[in-house]
Amino acid sequence: MSEMKFTIDGKECAAKAGQTIVEAARDNGVYIPTLCHYEGIKPAGACRICTVRVGGRNMAACTTPVTNGMIVENQTPELEDMRKSIIEMLFVEGNHMCPVCEKSGNCELQALAYRYTMLAPRFPYLWPKRGVDASIPKLYKDGNRCIQCLRCVRGVRAADGRKVFGLVNRGGHVRIGHDAELANALGDEEAQRAMDLCPVGALIRKGVGYAVPIGKRKYDGAPIGGELERA
Amino acid sequence: MSKPVVATASLAGCFGCHMSVLDIDERILTLIDLVEFDKSPIDDIKTFTRQCDIGIIEGGCCNSENVENLRLFRKHCNILIALGECAIMGGLPAMRNGIPVRECLEEAYLNCPTVDGGIIPNDDELPMILDRVYPLHEIVKIDYYLPGCPPSADLIWNALVALLKGTPLDLPYEVVKFD
Repeated sequence: MSEMKFTIDGKECAAKAGQTIVEAARDNGVYIPTLCHYEGIKPAGACRICTVRVGGRNMAACTTPVTNGMIVENQTPELEDMRKSIIEMLFVEGNHMCPVCEKSGNCELQALAYRYTMLAPRFPYLWPKRGVDASIPKLYKDGNRCIQCLRCVRGVRAADGRKVFGLVNRGGHVRIGHDAELANALGDEEAQRAMDLCPVGALIRKGVGYAVPIGKRKYDGAPIGGELERA
Repeated sequence: MSKPVVATASLAGCFGCHMSVLDIDERILTLIDLVEFDKSPIDDIKTFTRQCDIGIIEGGCCNSENVENLRLFRKHCNILIALGECAIMGGLPAMRNGIPVRECLEEAYLNCPTVDGGIIPNDDELPMILDRVYPLHEIVKIDYYLPGCPPSADLIWNALVALLKGTPLDLPYEVVKFD
């Protein structure tokens, strides 16, 4: 496999052929914020948090493969503010009530808001009317918190590879539906995996929770992406 | 030079943010040296006695009295701070925003399992419930936002120090939290 050379904010980086900008950046110790991206499942480019500038154009770093000699801009003030604005948009687009959410402290949306020091969203709240679906035996599905990153759609599969979750409706009415038969068959382990896949608190396991005290949760002490930057 | 004057209020909040103000511990002695309090539950002054420099509001607006009080604060305070999740986005009370008011009232006063022959309160003395819970900035202009449930004492302290000294606000990672 051939090695390719490219730069991120002037830093010389190397990438293997076929690697996306996000993957290659991580291998070179550079953090590009991601939200809908999850290692091991096919990138969707749904949230655009990872937007970088290449050749004067904005591209989703999670879906764009590196090419030889590519010049990537990552931490420019414009890009950072655009990423912050996407986070703020996601906060006003749903009903994100961190104080009552079990995922608080382990939530990637919240962690990104912390990383960008979001004190309050700059956009007006939309107060959408969305419900909680408690029909799956092992999981709550809370539409209020869903950011439609499609991680569950892409990542949660039955043993034969069929998708458990899928999109229903169109446009602003899109929500995550599920195949009742496959969802009902989810065991504890699969339910936990689905909850871990969900970056926010839209998939929550029933019967367990709040096991980790405040102060010891994933993003209580250190910002998301910090592990790459400290290394 | 006279001391800067601070006023505070809790609207549709739980007083947790005010508790967090007290959580600045012994720094409260310094604060008392630096500022004077006007209308506030801290000194129990009920009405504004003068124009204030800083107004700190906890809680959103869930009824007509909250709105009146908030407008009063905007009028009497040069700088208005939304303190905590409820002030910023409605918080816990805003969980009713997707439910019609009538349904909420019926559930609380008529259909709740512990109610026996209840009535929905409707007295002229009572403030009117709003159709939903409004964050402060949807009603008046808000100058600064301090998130948290409650905001950490250090965040409140850092913000007050920055305002009083006219320096940039120090926001280390640990102090900005939404829960």
